[in-house]
Amino acid sequence: MRTPSILSTGLCALALVLTGCGGGETKTEEGRSKAAPASAATLRIDPATAATVTGKVTFTGEKPVRRPISMDSTPACARAHTEPVLSEEAIVNDNGTLRNAFVWVKSGLPDGTWEVPREMVTIDQVGCIYVPHVVGVQTNQEVQFLNSDPTNHNIHPLPRANREWNESQPPKGEPKIKTFPKQEIMIPIKCNVHPWMRVYVGVVDHPFFAVTGEDGSFTLKGLPPGQYTVQAWHEKYGTQEIQVTVAAQESKTADFDFKG
Amino acid sequence: MAPVWLHRYAVLLACCTLFLVVAGALVTSHEAGLSVPDWPLSYGKLMPEMEGGIFYEHGHRMIATTVGFLTIILAVWLWRAEPRPWLKKLGWAALGAVIFQGLLGGMTVIFMLPKPVSVSHACLAQLFFSTIVAISWFTSAAWRRGGTLVEDQGAPGLRSLAVAASGSLFLQLALGAATRHKAFGVTPHVLGAVLATGMVLWLIVRILLRHGNHQGLVRPALALLAITFSQVFLGVAAYMSRLATADAPQPMPVMIGFTVVHVAVGALTLATSVIVAIQVFRFVQPEPAVSGARVPVAS
Repeated sequence: MRTPSILSTGLCALALVLTGCGGGETKTEEGRSKAAPASAATLRIDPATAATVTGKVTFTGEKPVRRPISMDSTPACARAHTEPVLSEEAIVNDNGTLRNAFVWVKSGLPDGTWEVPREMVTIDQVGCIYVPHVVGVQTNQEVQFLNSDPTNHNIHPLPRANREWNESQPPKGEPKIKTFPKQEIMIPIKCNVHPWMRVYVGVVDHPFFAVTGEDGSFTLKGLPPGQYTVQAWHEKYGTQEIQVTVAAQESKTADFDFKG
Repeated sequence: MAPVWLHRYAVLLACCTLFLVVAGALVTSHEAGLSVPDWPLSYGKLMPEMEGGIFYEHGHRMIATTVGFLTIILAVWLWRAEPRPWLKKLGWAALGAVIFQGLLGGMTVIFMLPKPVSVSHACLAQLFFSTIVAISWFTSAAWRRGGTLVEDQGAPGLRSLAVAASGSLFLQLALGAATRHKAFGVTPHVLGAVLATGMVLWLIVRILLRHGNHQGLVRPALALLAITFSQVFLGVAAYMSRLATADAPQPMPVMIGFTVVHVAVGALTLATSVIVAIQVFRFVQPEPAVSGARVPVAS
């Protein structure tokens, strides 16, 4: 139910006095708005010159302990699991690689606006866990949030450059379709009903990004020839950068190693 | 109705308000402040399903509503039954504060925890609790009995020290609220603890050394001493438990427990310092001529 408009207007006026109603957007290096000039052509991947960067994100050091999550506060969440649920903050795969690292081309691409994929990215809430835990989307690409659980959730992104919002989603409710118009690495999204729930969304204004999975590898396909700064981000271990130069149709390897 | 019932009612409201402060601290400690995205209703209902963070956030709203209604009754009761005009006004001021506090609470939800509003909400909660405690004191039999006036000695004056102690404690509570709402780090709150504890000790030592036989001053001063030391210990415990559970995937009970008790005892510390200040202003006179006189009954 919407808040009565008179009440909201009055509170907004009060908030303007006290807080400036949230203030303006914070523009950071990674959160800059990259709207191209109106005359700029839409950029697309050119198969004739497309280069590839592949690699692995490895982990060196003592393997982090995955802490157990207690879902006792919401029986519907606890009932969804027969095994103990462990934190996804830092997962080292059996082959010594790091899962859920977000790898993207930070700089070096030609100026312009890249074509936005029509496919939606899906973030589901299953067993009171966001699935996937880390995901990449292109600016203005549609993201659909699902609630497959038999319980209420609220979806609450905490961006620095994009607009903050907080909406409830009832059990198995209608999907919520959202977009993030500004590049931002990364946007944490919380559920305040269940404080262990968190997903990180990497919003990039081009299609060259990947998230490492169970083998810790990544592939950035379709790059134009050029010199790039490739960055790997991890929720717990921060960021690392590598310089890579690729020629047309060339494949290069760029491995990252995070230390615990 | 006999004044004793008005006093008992005010004490009941003070207890409910402390419970409300605890409920608010539970909301923040469980990171549940935005678990209900709408306001004044919750998920469009008067009573949503009470699970997870909703239990804490909607529970806080229910207790706040109850305290609001109880404050209306207190203000009307004071207006009808209380002969002292200034106490009638204090009752209306408390009602105004609790209404404004409710609006601040709504704003924290609608505007998604803007730090100035969240910190103001936490600070006004402390002031409201102290106001209700003061009203409880003003309506008590101990207040009506009055006491002996004593001459102030030394500089700065005891009244100034009492105001400074309460002021530094309120500043410290504001710094604590700012820390909890991530307006800034813990360092200002730690420095504030040193300042507030120092001011409280200065005030108490002065009372004990100069007016050690005046029970109207000594009793609240000793209570303030005990509560302040407890609060310092709880602050250390809350901080250590937060560090120890920093890598946990969710707020852990040990951190929540110490932090919530720290917030509640913080409210008690400020309220006790206000009572000490009230007693100092009532009994300690700057002019030597009045020493030994008695405060008029029920003034």
